[in-house]
Amino acid sequence: MFETRFHGRGGQGVVTSAELLAVAAFQEGRHAQAFPSFGSERTGAPVVSFCRIDDRPIRTREPISAPDAVIIIDPTLLHHVDVFSGLTPGSQVLVNSSRSAEELGLGDLCSSHRVARLQVVPATELARRYLGRPLPNAALLGALAAMTGIVAVDSVAAAIFERFSGEVGQGNARAAYAAAELVPPSSGRAAPEEAPGGPTVMAGTSHA
Amino acid sequence: MPEQLEGSQAVARTVAACRPEVICAYPISPQTHIVEALSRLVKSGALHPCEFVNVESEYAAMSVAIGASATGARAYTATASQGLLYMAEALYNASGLGLPIVMTVANRAIGAPINIWNDHSDSMSQRDSGWIQLYVESNQEAADVHVQAFRIAEALSLPVMVCMDGFILTHAVERVELPDPDRVDAFLPAFEPRQLLDPSAPVTIGAMVGPEAYTEVRYLAHYKQMQALDLIPEVAAAFQQAFGRASGGLLRPYRSSDAETIVVALGSVLGTIEDCVDQLRDDGHRIGAVGLRTFRPWPAEEVRRALEGARHVIVLEKALSVGIGGIVAQNVHRALEGLPITVHTVIAGLGGRPITMASLRSLCERGLAGTLPDTTFLDLEEALVDAEIGRMRGGRRSGPHAENMLRDVGTVGAAGLT
Repeated sequence: MFETRFHGRGGQGVVTSAELLAVAAFQEGRHAQAFPSFGSERTGAPVVSFCRIDDRPIRTREPISAPDAVIIIDPTLLHHVDVFSGLTPGSQVLVNSSRSAEELGLGDLCSSHRVARLQVVPATELARRYLGRPLPNAALLGALAAMTGIVAVDSVAAAIFERFSGEVGQGNARAAYAAAELVPPSSGRAAPEEAPGGPTVMAGTSHA
Repeated sequence: MPEQLEGSQAVARTVAACRPEVICAYPISPQTHIVEALSRLVKSGALHPCEFVNVESEYAAMSVAIGASATGARAYTATASQGLLYMAEALYNASGLGLPIVMTVANRAIGAPINIWNDHSDSMSQRDSGWIQLYVESNQEAADVHVQAFRIAEALSLPVMVCMDGFILTHAVERVELPDPDRVDAFLPAFEPRQLLDPSAPVTIGAMVGPEAYTEVRYLAHYKQMQALDLIPEVAAAFQQAFGRASGGLLRPYRSSDAETIVVALGSVLGTIEDCVDQLRDDGHRIGAVGLRTFRPWPAEEVRRALEGARHVIVLEKALSVGIGGIVAQNVHRALEGLPITVHTVIAGLGGRPITMASLRSLCERGLAGTLPDTTFLDLEEALVDAEIGRMRGGRRSGPHAENMLRDVGTVGAAGLT
């Protein structure tokens, strides 16, 4: 089972992101469960959503407390919400920002081996370029796919096309592929379990 | 063909396949996505003939459903929480009149304190309303059971509530294979009402009945519900034959045949419980689970048969009957009368508190060790409760509980209280 937690704000597509990831996994014939953390659906309020992916039916309904991957859609949450709650040395963290991990004050997250990998991707910037709107979710899912290998970037694109037609779909898919290009891919599907070697660049195939 | 779908969309499309002729609704979270989706299907003509009636309240929603059903239309609505309470008077009319309305309850807590999250307080409060109550574990089962609900309702001329956990199921996106519309058509015969408001053959429905026959009319309501104990498994079996999936029924045992300890629950928490049972089985414990699918009518005999081999039964329920404790547990107790079985009540998941694997596991371990008390409030923050009890004892003007406790947990600021 691969568990991903998304942090963002109401209106940023936090729930949609988890759903798209679930659809991408479903496209690959796997089982997936996406669900929001409920209640704080106000625009701008911190929102959390979840996605589980497995090769067999998923029965559990508890919120994800020890995620394999965390996606931080809005970096302004870094210092307001405990976005790193429950991380393990095998966890992978993806942050949307045009700044570096050091500039974000996250330099020690990897060096202290608290997580297996930290990746910062300028997803909002990519979305502006390819979609014309500052909606970073597709780019982040493309980056997650490249980073963890949990789904193929092509499946992310397929999920995007299922949800968004025309230019919006095209722009989002382009942003997803562009973000994936920025991320050194992993070699396997699941999170690296024997992780604590610090941030690693793994060989793998390009999906673009 | 399986699809990756939100629970609400799965229910809406399945209900549409059942060809309701009147849908009336008033929005309330977490039910709203269901009727929104249905309203779009009606507007686009995909669901035709069907009238979607926007009403001004849940009381009106149930009243419209009653009127529609009495004129021979297949009627559907959905609600939750305060909405269900607001239609309470009309609920009793629907069942008392014997009108086969199907309603989804997207289970949610009841205020005060106001809370939009999931538990079973709403539907449990209407357990005596005369409606059949079916509970589902997953979105697949939610879809499947709605098809069965129309058949059960119309066969018996009784209304059916399909209870699905609000948010946890209604807002979860997971794999669902929607019942094929052609097979639904074959499975659901056309609605043939037992009583009909028809200008060409006028009748009165809803006569006042005095002491001379009121008991007898009520007896018939009970008689018809008890017939559902035979019909529900028959319909579930027919559904499995037609659609190739086991869904619904009275109850479902999980690894419980040789179990010394059995957890009984309803709804979506069963998934987490089954995972927990697997973990404990791997460690060599003789534990199992029984998922209740039907709560009204109460399948006493089947519950007794499913649990009679156990020594400890842990009833985990998402509702609280203030002043006595568990609701499902009382029913289980009664079903096990005379057997040497200890029944423990566990109140869990109230107002959306997550029921975690860690908490379930520690609960089951205490059950296996024989150290579980009669009643447990799972993950109760005792310090929070004790502080408020201390305030109450400390003086008369201790203030409102909810606000006091929110201040203690830091959810709201302590403005004005320095």
